[in-house]
Amino acid sequence: MKHMTEEELIAYREGVTAERVGVARHLAVCEECRAELERIEAVLAALDTLPVPNPGDDYGRRVWQQIAPRLPERPVEWWQSWFEPKRLGALAAVAALLVIAFLAGRITKHDRASGDVVANKEQIRERVLVVAVGEHLGRSEMMLVELSNAAPVHPAQKQVDISAEQRRAEDLLDENRLYRQTALQEGDSALASVLDELERVLLDVAHSPGEVTPAQLEKIRQKIQSQGILFKVRVVGRELEERQKAIAPAPAEHNSSRESERNKA
Amino acid sequence: MIRMQPSVESTQAIADSDAVAVERTLAGDREAFRVLVERHSHNVFRLAYRMTGNRQDAEEVVQEAFLRAYQKLGQFAARANFGTWVYRIAANYAIDRMRRRKKEEARKIEPVVHEEGTENDPVTLVHDAAPTPERLAHNVELRKQMEIALAALSHSERTAFVMRHWEGCAIEEIAEVLKSSSGAAKNTVFRAVQKLRLALQPFVGSGPQARAMGTES
Repeated sequence: MKHMTEEELIAYREGVTAERVGVARHLAVCEECRAELERIEAVLAALDTLPVPNPGDDYGRRVWQQIAPRLPERPVEWWQSWFEPKRLGALAAVAALLVIAFLAGRITKHDRASGDVVANKEQIRERVLVVAVGEHLGRSEMMLVELSNAAPVHPAQKQVDISAEQRRAEDLLDENRLYRQTALQEGDSALASVLDELERVLLDVAHSPGEVTPAQLEKIRQKIQSQGILFKVRVVGRELEERQKAIAPAPAEHNSSRESERNKA
Repeated sequence: MIRMQPSVESTQAIADSDAVAVERTLAGDREAFRVLVERHSHNVFRLAYRMTGNRQDAEEVVQEAFLRAYQKLGQFAARANFGTWVYRIAANYAIDRMRRRKKEEARKIEPVVHEEGTENDPVTLVHDAAPTPERLAHNVELRKQMEIALAALSHSERTAFVMRHWEGCAIEEIAEVLKSSSGAAKNTVFRAVQKLRLALQPFVGSGPQARAMGTES
């Protein structure tokens, strides 16, 4: 007689077998498989004795009290989810990159031979990238500053809520990846390097718990400070602003000197 | 069963079903959502506790699950079961949380401290160490081994086992949470039971050891 496999017996025990009748019929006549099933059941029965603490009769009320102040006035309609900041941020980043690609492609197609047009293409591409990355760095800087200044409301408070910063870091991560990749493709290794460092900090913040102890917060703060990421973000942000102003009137002659400044930062 | 607060029942006279409460919440009545929270909190807590293994994390999962459920209520199909839906949200969030916790531990930013997690301390669970079958649940060594065995499962295996064995969820629901096919979800349940059995059989089985399965005699 062919015995049941362990998998078949577990599937039978857990009610996920299509051959329930066949297995039951076999078990009725096979003592060995019955004994095996009993051994499996003994383990599962022991696991069933692991207790789950009773959170109390008023648990539901307590949960409500904890979440009620955090609920928005109305739930989000299904179509509104398309306008969530996270999606909008990523969409805006993609849109900016598409504009760069479109403008660059369009100009190239019309007049490949003209040196002026090529210069214009570079300027437009750079301007769009500069504006988009500049705004992104501004938002990142603001989040990091707020996180650095976060503190317990009361001195006795054991946890500090950084869930808002955490969510913003998650949103910024998607954009950051796009800009870093674009900077790499554009050959702007210095900008890509700063974005890479920023990405690591954003990852840390996004993966932190929503509520941290003051000691944990201090560690996050020290990490931000030790990497000097705020300083770098500010320097690059300012430089991008200058670049934005400089792009229209003059070709990007000064890129090399600016890049060396940024490298210093 | 979860006992409803009388005050809630009286103010939500028509909220005798989840569907009505969902509809009213969507219409802007925030108090209607309270009915859903109070009705389903215990069940979601049980799932979360079994998945995370400690009370603090479980409570966090419950709160986050209801917050997310409220935020996404517009996407909730009225024909679906709210309980099942919020369950799925909680299971997903619990998996994320466990993964995040694992990463944090790996990076050693901060050692994980379960301040209120003493319910996991085997010593506090001991009522009677007598090794009779009736008292197995109170055997310190067995309980310790069970917790170790559960903790040794992968997140997917633990989720699949908790959802199937303890919560009786359909394989399709588990597959949805694990973002896998039904066949893969079924295999994950099987793998989990197999691992648990391997780890716990020596502490549970007093009879003969498991035979080589699928053989002929």
